[in-house]
Amino acid sequence: MKRRTFLKGTIASSALAVAAGAGLLRSGQVLAADWPAAAFAAKDLASATKEVLGSDGTDSADIKIKAPLQAENGAVVPVKVETTLADVKSITIMVAKNPTPLATKVDFSGDAEGYYSTRVKMGATSDVIAYVNSGGKIMKASAMVKVTVGGCGG
Amino acid sequence: MATKIKARKKGDATEILVLAQHPMETGQRTDKKTKKKIPAHFIQTMNFSINGKGVAEVSMGSGVSKNPLVGIRVKGAKSGDKIKVSWKDNKGETGGAESAIK
Repeated sequence: MKRRTFLKGTIASSALAVAAGAGLLRSGQVLAADWPAAAFAAKDLASATKEVLGSDGTDSADIKIKAPLQAENGAVVPVKVETTLADVKSITIMVAKNPTPLATKVDFSGDAEGYYSTRVKMGATSDVIAYVNSGGKIMKASAMVKVTVGGCGG
Repeated sequence: MATKIKARKKGDATEILVLAQHPMETGQRTDKKTKKKIPAHFIQTMNFSINGKGVAEVSMGSGVSKNPLVGIRVKGAKSGDKIKVSWKDNKGETGGAESAIK
């Protein structure tokens, strides 16, 4: 079980993710569901949002994204998401043009507020998109970040 | 590997900031000396709890920057409340920290 977990983790972020994404390696459903491997391996925005949220989302003016207009360093781009929407169940951050757009997701319970901040890697100038699950409805907002020195490595 | 927690009160809410020391390797970088790809090594899940009650579950991939800095906000937290953060990476390694709100 440990070996499969290790392989899945490695495969998910390598070129073989294509095979994984094509459904040849569906162990994401066999393993414990706490890390959505298929969503993190998805190579385009449409499949990433479908895997992790089941929807492309609807634009909302009640989601604010704070991110630099121009990233000094594509390896470390600070992103802050704040929302006044009600009943926030989760916040998801994607970088549209990254090789694998899904960067991170947070699922809330208890007294957590509609707020999430972190730092992401960006390979090139791209939209950073925040998806908020508000009472079961997926709402979204995006911000364009310019990148001169890409930060995905390789 | 060190993990640090900072908790700041902002009005009725408390902002919890976690800094976890971790390479967050994508698996795409090549070691210039060995010419081999550096294997993927990144935090996958990070859980936050206050006084033993879960408040947030974070999933992340290698698209999160090295040494992840993660922030959430909770309402109603009081001085003395215990914050616990624990994470697990793709190799099964774990880390975390505990702190109390001042």
